[in-house]
Amino acid sequence: MISRSKTSPEHVEVRVLRQAAPQQRSYWERFRVAYEPDMNVISVLQRIAARPRTADGQDVTPVAWDCNCLEEVCGACTMVVNGRVRQSCSALVDRLLEENPAEIELRPMTKFPVLRDLMVDRSRLFRALEKVKAWVPVDSYHDMGAGPRQSPEAQQESYPYSQCMSCGCCLDACPQYRKIELIQRDDETDEQFAARQAATYDRNFVGPHAIAQAILFNQNPTGQMNADERVEALTAPGGVQVCGNAQNCVSVCPKEIPLTTAIAQAGRAATVHSIKRWFDR
Amino acid sequence: MAQQKVVVIGGGLAGLAAAMKLAELGVAVDLVSLTPVKRSHSVCAQGGINSVNDQTRPLGDDEWIHFDDTVYGGDFLQHQPPVKEMAYWAPKIIDLMDRLGVTFNRTPEGFLDRRRFGGTLFKRTAFAGATTGQQLLYALDEQVRRYEVAGLIKKYEYWDFLAPILDAGGQCRGCVIQDLVSMEIRPLAADAVIVASGGPGLIYGRSTMSMACNGSAASRCFQVGVKYANGEFIQVHPTAVPGSDKLRLMSESARGEGGRVWVPRTPQDSRPAAQIPESERYYFLEDRYPEYGNLVPRDIATREIFNVCTKEGLSVESERLCVYLDLTHLPREMLDTKLGGILEIYEKFQGVDPREVPMKIFPAVHYSMGGLWVDYERTADGGLTAASPRNQQTNVPGLFAIGECDYQYHGGNRLGANSLLSCIFSGLYVAPSVVSYFQTREATGEVPPALLEQEGRRHQERHDALLKRRSGKENPYLVHQELGNLMTRAATVVRDNDDLRSAIETVHQLRDRADRCALSDTGNWTNQNVVFTKSLIDMFPLALSILQGALARDECRGAHYKPAFAMPGIEADSPEEKRRLAEAWCDRFEENTKKWLKSTIAEYDSSSREVRLSYEPVDTTLIPPRPRLYGLVGAEVIEEVWKERLASRAGDVSGNGSGAGTKETVAAS
Ligand SMILES: Cc1cc2nc3c(=O)[nH]c(=O)nc-3n(C[C@H](O)[C@H](O)[C@H](O)COP(=O)(O)OP(=O)(O)OC[C@H]3O[C@@H](n4cnc5c(N)ncnc54)[C@H](O)[C@@H]3O)c2cc1C
Ligand code: SF4
Ligand code: SF4
Ligand code: FES
Repeated sequence: MISRSKTSPEHVEVRVLRQAAPQQRSYWERFRVAYEPDMNVISVLQRIAARPRTADGQDVTPVAWDCNCLEEVCGACTMVVNGRVRQSCSALVDRLLEENPAEIELRPMTKFPVLRDLMVDRSRLFRALEKVKAWVPVDSYHDMGAGPRQSPEAQQESYPYSQCMSCGCCLDACPQYRKIELIQRDDETDEQFAARQAATYDRNFVGPHAIAQAILFNQNPTGQMNADERVEALTAPGGVQVCGNAQNCVSVCPKEIPLTTAIAQAGRAATVHSIKRWFDR
Repeated sequence: MAQQKVVVIGGGLAGLAAAMKLAELGVAVDLVSLTPVKRSHSVCAQGGINSVNDQTRPLGDDEWIHFDDTVYGGDFLQHQPPVKEMAYWAPKIIDLMDRLGVTFNRTPEGFLDRRRFGGTLFKRTAFAGATTGQQLLYALDEQVRRYEVAGLIKKYEYWDFLAPILDAGGQCRGCVIQDLVSMEIRPLAADAVIVASGGPGLIYGRSTMSMACNGSAASRCFQVGVKYANGEFIQVHPTAVPGSDKLRLMSESARGEGGRVWVPRTPQDSRPAAQIPESERYYFLEDRYPEYGNLVPRDIATREIFNVCTKEGLSVESERLCVYLDLTHLPREMLDTKLGGILEIYEKFQGVDPREVPMKIFPAVHYSMGGLWVDYERTADGGLTAASPRNQQTNVPGLFAIGECDYQYHGGNRLGANSLLSCIFSGLYVAPSVVSYFQTREATGEVPPALLEQEGRRHQERHDALLKRRSGKENPYLVHQELGNLMTRAATVVRDNDDLRSAIETVHQLRDRADRCALSDTGNWTNQNVVFTKSLIDMFPLALSILQGALARDECRGAHYKPAFAMPGIEADSPEEKRRLAEAWCDRFEENTKKWLKSTIAEYDSSSREVRLSYEPVDTTLIPPRPRLYGLVGAEVIEEVWKERLASRAGDVSGNGSGAGTKETVAAS
């Protein structure tokens, strides 16, 4: 059973780190929300949106945030709750109050540019999936019969990786993943800006999630045929060698994806790949 | 010829399937979505996806029976050719998903493992743990990313579809979209627009659906003249876990894997579930439906759970309605490999381990069978004409609809694991049809820039006016809450004409109040307040279609249940009397079929802001409608009488019930 403090509080104090737009100064704002049983951070934010007034009675704009599924499977609602990066939909208020009865503290993710309040731009995370070619390159979508047979053991090994919901917790926690925030120049078209962003992202660390996806597709019997291309990407600058093996990623992943196992495998594959390339010269 | 371009609205399974297939056909795609497509609602689907397969075939299963189960489960309200086509495509679709790398569970020999879902006697459902929707969506997302890199697909993520753009001739020539971050409003020219925007769960406040499922895109099409069909058919899932922000689904696969539904025979028995002996447990589904047991079709399970709690007063708790869904008798290891994902969700959100303690569940709004009206072209043998431009096209030329937002496949009630199928099927199937549409439509030339500019400006003005609105003090979130409560009371499990009439009146009042909503954020950067208010305003046309459709339909069919018009079973002592009553029952059934086996078509009149209803006949030429008798008292006699009638008509004896015999009926007639 969820342990509920014997006397449930009347109110929940919530402190939110806000920011009106990119490049603007951030500031804290405090809200007081009536306590209800079974609340999570999303329902707290919903109550704030419905009546955006600070604890000291000032009317303010509602807090912006991102969410969709509300059952920890879409990856949208990541934020830093009480100092830990996690999904806000599965962050239950009763649990958070056990951590800190005084207040709940909400901050945007730290490694991604803030768009507004708790909304961040995570496009870099998806760009990394392009870099490692995280897909099975089938010939066509015509009817060609079933895919290759696979043992249940192989399925059990791949399945955890296929649950990565691109939430970015692992990236936020990784000391080697540094924030990149680019600003569109006046003389730049949208396309030019996007290209500059992509190029910058590609030079920097791909991140543990993408390494795990590369492993997933290298395990797939068809994906295996392009294993070299993925390993190549992981050997390039910003690849697996950037990882300092701090293991923060694996401890925050809400899906408990074996990221360090993937990183170790990728590291070995990268070494073999480099040696092979050296011999092929 | 210049490169053709299609705008796809929505990147759930349906939208992604369409986008990747169009890209394969060499068509450029602009893919617009409220959320990054990988976060679309389809990720929530847990249970699986249906097709006939090599394990079910030896047991007598085939595509025709899958088709039959689907129309029987849907109470015959769907046109049969598209459903038939889908059932025949299903095995190929699963093959494709397998090739795309979906991590489906495997048998020891390495084939796809299958489970059984509601409304069928066969193990047709392929699954990837308990996160099948997620795996399927990711596989398509990956293919779309591949084409994005290749330059054929351009994504507009965090963009809101505001409206289709129609030219003077009524043809769809593009759409207006808005960036949710910068608030920029932009018209997009296109040769066709495909709407794949999913279900409208938010109209009910809390449901099992995701926050992006607000129905706005469908409503915006409806408001420019697209017909909305069978809106009153809303599926309420029997098993959801009540929460303050969302009603979280407990997948049917929990029952598919052996989960049992029960309540203590003593009302609100205060003992922990484990201490209540077998003899004091009431397994009411197994009791009342011995053949299907816990796997009766959804509408029936929902009503039974609802009734056991409300009418029979057997709810497990007194302050909150719920029944037990019990997995504790099943081996832990099996539960972990087959249901791990959903059990974790329960544990995470309820703080209780469902492997140890029975879950507490109650029905929740889950799926809309109704949706945007779409066309199809039938072949002589009752399938679809591949690549016909009519397939999936709405009544507005150039505007197509696929996935949960179309009304085509599930009739009065959707079978479990059939929706992922219809989403992928309609998405793949629409692509060549759109290409044919380019070839067959009259040459229209470039989209007039003036038209684009005018439509962009119109929406900009509406947006600006909303931001400036100072009049009134209504709060959009509170209005939404009231709308949700009202809809949940009036238009879910049990429907009553007086309630519906008064709900329609209240919806009008709520709509007027929404018109007077003041915004708490009047800025023009990532303004979620104005986006939500727009979507709220657009909920009312669909809410009215649902309520008016339900009010008008004086019968029970599928998920639409009006006790005042129910056809109760028959109870009599003497066989003669039973026969007589069964004959009368069948007469009444046939009369009702004549009167009500038709699709509700809603049309929106933008000047009066009212919804008008009309009806359209349903193509039931492949499988003649027959009564759904699940668990009805006297079902055997009724079935007997029914079979005799069918036989005398077809000059052939054939079966009812499981539908296995229907093939012969059709072959003979
Ligand atoms: C909890 C749950 C479990 C389920 N389990 C199963 C199952 O096991 N088997 C099964 O067959 N079915 C299941 N279903 C049903 C199935 O998941 C859905 O019907 C299906 O995923 C819908 O897919 P879709 O592509 O039509 O739409 P969605 O996946 O809902 O995607 C809609 C897309 O449209 C976009 N969109 C919406 N409005 C706008 C707008 N105004 N502007 C721009 N973009 C917009 C969204 O961003 C999103 O990308 C389940 C449903 C739920 C709720
Ligand atoms: S193990 Fe590597 S990827 Fe993971 S947190 Fe540490 S440095 Fe980052
Ligand atoms: S690996 Fe885990 S933490 Fe990282 S993005 Fe995927 S699900 Fe999130
Ligand atoms: S809202 Fe989807 S993970 Fe939290």
